[in-house]
Amino acid sequence: MGKPIKIRAKMKGDIAEVKALMPHEMEAGFRRDPATNERVPAHYITDVVAQHNGDVVFTAYWGPAVSKNPFVSFSFLGAAVGDTINVHWRDNKGDSSAIEAVFK
Amino acid sequence: MKIDRRFFIRKVMAVGVLLAVPRILFAARPDKAFAATDGDQAMASLFGETPAASDRVVLKIPEIAENGAVVPVTISTDLENVESISVVVANNPTPLAASFALGPRSVANVSVRIKMGESSQVLAIVKADGKLYSASKDVKVTIGGCGG
Repeated sequence: MGKPIKIRAKMKGDIAEVKALMPHEMEAGFRRDPATNERVPAHYITDVVAQHNGDVVFTAYWGPAVSKNPFVSFSFLGAAVGDTINVHWRDNKGDSSAIEAVFK
Repeated sequence: MKIDRRFFIRKVMAVGVLLAVPRILFAARPDKAFAATDGDQAMASLFGETPAASDRVVLKIPEIAENGAVVPVTISTDLENVESISVVVANNPTPLAASFALGPRSVANVSVRIKMGESSQVLAIVKADGKLYSASKDVKVTIGGCGG
């Protein structure tokens, strides 16, 4: 399992706003280990999916150029205070993490 | 020792649910566009054409990025029926940084933080109602962010 996602879900009037921070090294695969001079293999999140009421409301496809410990924010309509949002990610090594949050 | 049958069934079902969920969730990532080593190539692979500049796409990014490892980007638009929002950093080794797929309930306003290896033009591309719109900015990077 990947490290747990930190998430904040907030209603701003009609707009449901989600902010998520995903602790992950996001290794691009271009860097060499200074000690061994070996190339550090790429390891990064490739997909992020968010679901509300069984509906996919947001999908992110990422390359290695997304910063370490990625932060993402997105918004959608049709949610209410007390509703649940699910966020999942998976990376190029098949690792994954998921979290649930309730809109405030 | 006898294994309780109910307990066994519950365990098997719990594992089954854990394994089944992620596979349904993830749709097809445009792997070919992410592998492209040229910005135009990435866009051609993603959209099949080059987007036209539009002032309805708002790209917020610092003009001078002190640290190329963490450059905050926000893209928004007042266009309707937005299908996707993508970020391309022309001078990065693989220029396509991120592509966001939106749905009918989405508000077209997305923020993310990206890495920039060197100063470069950054493009935001919005696909709305099947049409492509873009905005671009030149960003000067003081310290590169590809871990050199």
